[in-house]
Amino acid sequence: MEARSDAALVTACLAHEQAAWDELVERFSRYVLAIATQAFRLPAQDAEDVFQDVFLRIYDRLDTLREPSALRPWIAQLTRRECIDHMRAGSRETPVEELPEEVESELDLLDEAFDVRVELAALSQECQDVLDRFFCRDESYRTIGAALDLPAGTIASRISRCLGRLRERLEGRNPVAAASSDRRDR
Amino acid sequence: MSNGERRYDEERLGELLRALPPAPSGWVQAAQELPRARAEIDGLVERARADAAFRAALLADAEAALAAEGVEPRRALVDLLRRRVAE
Repeated sequence: MEARSDAALVTACLAHEQAAWDELVERFSRYVLAIATQAFRLPAQDAEDVFQDVFLRIYDRLDTLREPSALRPWIAQLTRRECIDHMRAGSRETPVEELPEEVESELDLLDEAFDVRVELAALSQECQDVLDRFFCRDESYRTIGAALDLPAGTIASRISRCLGRLRERLEGRNPVAAASSDRRDR
Repeated sequence: MSNGERRYDEERLGELLRALPPAPSGWVQAAQELPRARAEIDGLVERARADAAFRAALLADAEAALAAEGVEPRRALVDLLRRRVAE
């Protein structure tokens, strides 16, 4: 089943549908966390404060979002602002003005990573589980095999096959790369 | 690099998947419970407006007031409650 679009999610949240809010938090929780911990390098306690503040602001201000399909950049902006405010309030020695270049570069990477997760969500549940457990949760073949009731010896080939499918989806929306891939595969 | 020029070999895909690890489940759950927490806060604020003694007790210990309503007293919610009661 295809996931709801961001715009549809916003509409459902504004109609006070709890399941939609749960889905919004689930969809963006990793992204908000990564901006705080990887782009702004906040320690865990500060990151938790930012995380909760960001979702509180999203909840309170969702009705001010003019273009519902712009949910992701809006959340990124709210999170950046919260991180900067948090750093200023904590009077860190590193001036906030020195951060933007590396922060921008990390934010670009996280945006691309988010695109990958969107395509991951369109793969089979088995592929989602295997790839998420191996790459995002750092689980061993043995742990993955036990959790998914699969022989540990087949995990590597499943990862490779699922990565192939993920790549096809990502490059399938990219005519240049798809054509190049077709030529290589002939 | 524009989106149209991106290539995704296994190494790059692995790097991008690793870039978004899961948030702690307790954080996610607390965020998902915000609608209920907000409703509880609205109720507390309403009571505080009608009852000066309750308002004073609430300002003195907002954490306990939230906990009594079954809401985990996370900092963002405690700050919000204090701010709204003080308005």
